[in-house]
Amino acid sequence: MEREVIRVEDLWFRYPGSDSWALRGVNLRVSQGEVIAFIGQNGGGKTTLAKNLNGLLKPTRGRVLVEGLDTRTTPTHELVKRVGYVFQNPTHQIFESSVWREVAYGPRNLGLPPDEVERRVRWALSEVGLSGYEDHNPYDLDYGKMKLLTIASVLAMKPNVLVLDEPTTGQDHAGRRTLASLVRKLHGEGFTIIIITHDMKFVSENAGRTVLIANGQVVLDGPTRSVLQAVEVLKENAIKPPQIVQLSLELQRRGFKLDALTLQEAVEQVKKILRG
Amino acid sequence: MEPVIRVENLTYAYPTSRDFVLRNVSFEVHRGEVLAVIGPNGAGKSTLLKALNGLVPHFYGGKYGGRVVVAGYEVLKTPISVLSTKVGFVFQDPEDQMSGLALTVWEEVAFGLMMLGFPREEIPKRVEEALSYVGLKGLEARSPFELSGGQMQRLAIATVLALKPEILVLDEPTAQLDPLGKFEVLSVVKRLADEGATIVIAEHEIEEIAYFADKILLLDRGQVVAYGPAREVLASVEELKSRGVDPPSVTELAYLLSRDLGVKVPAPITLEEGVESFSKLLGGAGGA
Repeated sequence: MEREVIRVEDLWFRYPGSDSWALRGVNLRVSQGEVIAFIGQNGGGKTTLAKNLNGLLKPTRGRVLVEGLDTRTTPTHELVKRVGYVFQNPTHQIFESSVWREVAYGPRNLGLPPDEVERRVRWALSEVGLSGYEDHNPYDLDYGKMKLLTIASVLAMKPNVLVLDEPTTGQDHAGRRTLASLVRKLHGEGFTIIIITHDMKFVSENAGRTVLIANGQVVLDGPTRSVLQAVEVLKENAIKPPQIVQLSLELQRRGFKLDALTLQEAVEQVKKILRG
Repeated sequence: MEPVIRVENLTYAYPTSRDFVLRNVSFEVHRGEVLAVIGPNGAGKSTLLKALNGLVPHFYGGKYGGRVVVAGYEVLKTPISVLSTKVGFVFQDPEDQMSGLALTVWEEVAFGLMMLGFPREEIPKRVEEALSYVGLKGLEARSPFELSGGQMQRLAIATVLALKPEILVLDEPTAQLDPLGKFEVLSVVKRLADEGATIVIAEHEIEEIAYFADKILLLDRGQVVAYGPAREVLASVEELKSRGVDPPSVTELAYLLSRDLGVKVPAPITLEEGVESFSKLLGGAGGA
C-alpha cells in the first residue's frame, strides 16, 4: 500500500458571503506518487477543492489532512512546503525581475541558508529545462516558458505534491508536449501530481487516475480509462472523451476488440486484430 | 470567379519586432469558403488575421510589403473605418470586444449599429436576428459581464454579425473557453460555415476544424509551410508534427498504421470517417 499524502474527509466549503456550497461532502484519498486529473465544468468545484489541499482555502465543514496535518490548525507555511500550487495564469504568479530571483523567492521566504537557496534554484530550473535563463526577465519569456518558470518556483519549495491548475490552457501542441514530458519526469522522481484540466487528450496520456467534479461533488473517481469511457456521465457534464476513446468505443459497439485510451494503444490493438 | 480575399507576398514587421513576423504569405479565399489558419504559438497567425481588417498596418505601423485585397479594397490604401464594414473581426478574448459602455446584452449589439449610423428602425431587427442566431435570445437584459465565457464570445460574434460583414475573421475564438464554451462557439461557427459565410479562423482545435474548414493554411515562423484543401493539409501528418501541430487522432492513427503495416487506409479526418475506415480495415481482417 502506497503512503497516503492527502486525505479529504466529508469536505464542505462555502466562500465567505456566499449562501451556496461550492463543495458538498467531498471525500478523496491521494497516495504518494499518483498523477491525478481533476476534470469538470468551470464552476463545478475543481479549483476550490484543489485550493483546499494546501490551505489556500480551509474547510467550512469536514477536514483535510496533508501528510497527517489538519489544514485548519497547521500554519500555511507548513502546508505550502508540502503541497505546491501552480496557478493557471503565470502572470498572476510572477513578480520578480529575473528568473533566478523569481525561483529563489520561495526558498528564501522559508528562511533557508543562501547555499541551499542556490542549490534549489539551480535544481528547479534544470528540472523544468530553464537552466541558462537565470538572468532573463520573466516577462521576456514566451508563454510556455513563463508557465515552466511558475512550476520551477513552486518546485523550489520541494513540495511532495504539485497542483497544476490548467497547465495546457493557452499552450500550443509543442507546449503541451513539453508539459507532458515534465509531468512524466516528475512522476518518475516520485512527485505526486494533481492536474486540473479540460484537456482530455492530455488526461488520457498523462494521468493514471481521474476525478470528475461537478456541483461541488465527486461524480466519478477511478482509473483514467474507466472514467474516460463513462461517455454518458461525461456527456451530462459537457465533456467529450479524447477522439481515440470515442473511436474505440464505436468500434467496440461494432464488435471489434478495442479498448484504447491513447493513440499508441490504438496502434497496438489494431495491429493485434489485423494479425489475427 | 474573383476571390474575396487575395493576399500576395505579404511581408510584415511590427515597429518593435526585431524580425519579420510574416514573410511572403500568399493565399486566396473565395466567397463562401472557410479558411482555417493553424500553427504553433508565435507563428504569426494573429498578425496575419489583423492584416485582413487593416489593423496591420494602419493601427500598428511597421514595415509592410506585398498586397492584401479584401472585398475589392486594397487594405494598404483603405482606412480601417471602411474595412471594418466589410470585415467583422472577433478577438480571442471576448472582453476585448465589449464596448464597456453597454449595460445589457441587447445594447452591446445595438452599440456598433448606432456608431455606424444605422437607421433607428432597423436596429432592433438586426439586434434580435443576431442574438437569436448565436443562441442568446432571452438574455437580452443581462449585463455582458455576467455572461459565461462561451456566452460572452457568442455575444462578441453577434455584435459582428449584426453589421452583416462580407467576411468574418475569428482569432482563436475558443482559446480562453472551457469545453462547454468551446462547443457553443464552434457550433455557431459551423452553422455560419454551412450557411455559406466567408470565414477566416485561427484555431487550435484541429479535430473540430476538420468539420468545417474548406482550406487550411499552416503557418510557422511567419511563413506558409502548407496550404491547400483541408483534407490534404490534415493528412500531411509528418509536416504537421514537425511544425508542432497534432493532426486529428484518427488521421494520425491511419498514418501510423499505413507506415508500420503498409496497409492502405483512406485518411479519415473526422471521428465518423475514422469509424468508417477502421471498420472496413478491421472487418477485412475478419475481426467482427
